[in-house]
Amino acid sequence: MQFGILINEGPYNHQASDSAYLFARTAIEKGHKVPRIFFYHDGVNNSTRMAEPPQDDRNVTARWSKLAEDHGIDLVVCVAAALRRGIKDELLAPGFRISGLGQLVEMGIQYDRLVTFGD
Amino acid sequence: MSDMDMDDDGSGIVKKFMFLNRKAPHGTVYALEGLEVVLITAAFDQDVSLVFTDDGVYQLMKGMDTKGIEVKDFSKTYRALEGYDIEKLYVDKTSMDARGLTEDDLIVDVTVLSDEEMKNLMAEQDVVISF
Repeated sequence: MQFGILINEGPYNHQASDSAYLFARTAIEKGHKVPRIFFYHDGVNNSTRMAEPPQDDRNVTARWSKLAEDHGIDLVVCVAAALRRGIKDELLAPGFRISGLGQLVEMGIQYDRLVTFGD
Repeated sequence: MSDMDMDDDGSGIVKKFMFLNRKAPHGTVYALEGLEVVLITAAFDQDVSLVFTDDGVYQLMKGMDTKGIEVKDFSKTYRALEGYDIEKLYVDKTSMDARGLTEDDLIVDVTVLSDEEMKNLMAEQDVVISF
């Protein structure tokens, strides 16, 4: 099955990104496909390479970059939500790209399921 | 709008998209940014339904005035939805009753649904996105 994932909350403050990561990783382990993950609302804050969490904590952004690299996942950050929050191309961690909301709608149209993580 | 540079994914597939608006219009950004997704989805010629439930029913209240909190009043957008061919607007009766609201308190024409009707409408959808 092809899963699209929508993440609506930033890292650390909220568990949404962690849960989405565990879901995506597990889905892939079980043989499903996760071609694209879309970051919206404060979810765009998952994409900045400027984040430096303490050594003894998980690095949410780096973890997304690694998963994307290992499994060819398209990590898309909404342009309007990103600009509003100061997230720009030059700040993006590896594997992330900025694009429009059409990329989110496409996931709904093309994939078997669209799963939302957030409040 | 940069978000609307693609109006079609080329597949010709039309799916039923339901947007579940659960949050008050102000206090958080969900309602404002959620509305953007609704408009883009309509631009992709999808079958769009909008549901207002829980505090989301406040998004449609008449007499919105945001001057005091110094944020944009985007409630006019709901009245413009018809222009985007978005005509399926539903509110949840239980949520309306719990807040003492009736259809007369709202700025647009809506269909009021019981819990049972809402459940059935939701079951018909291909995609449900909740804000």
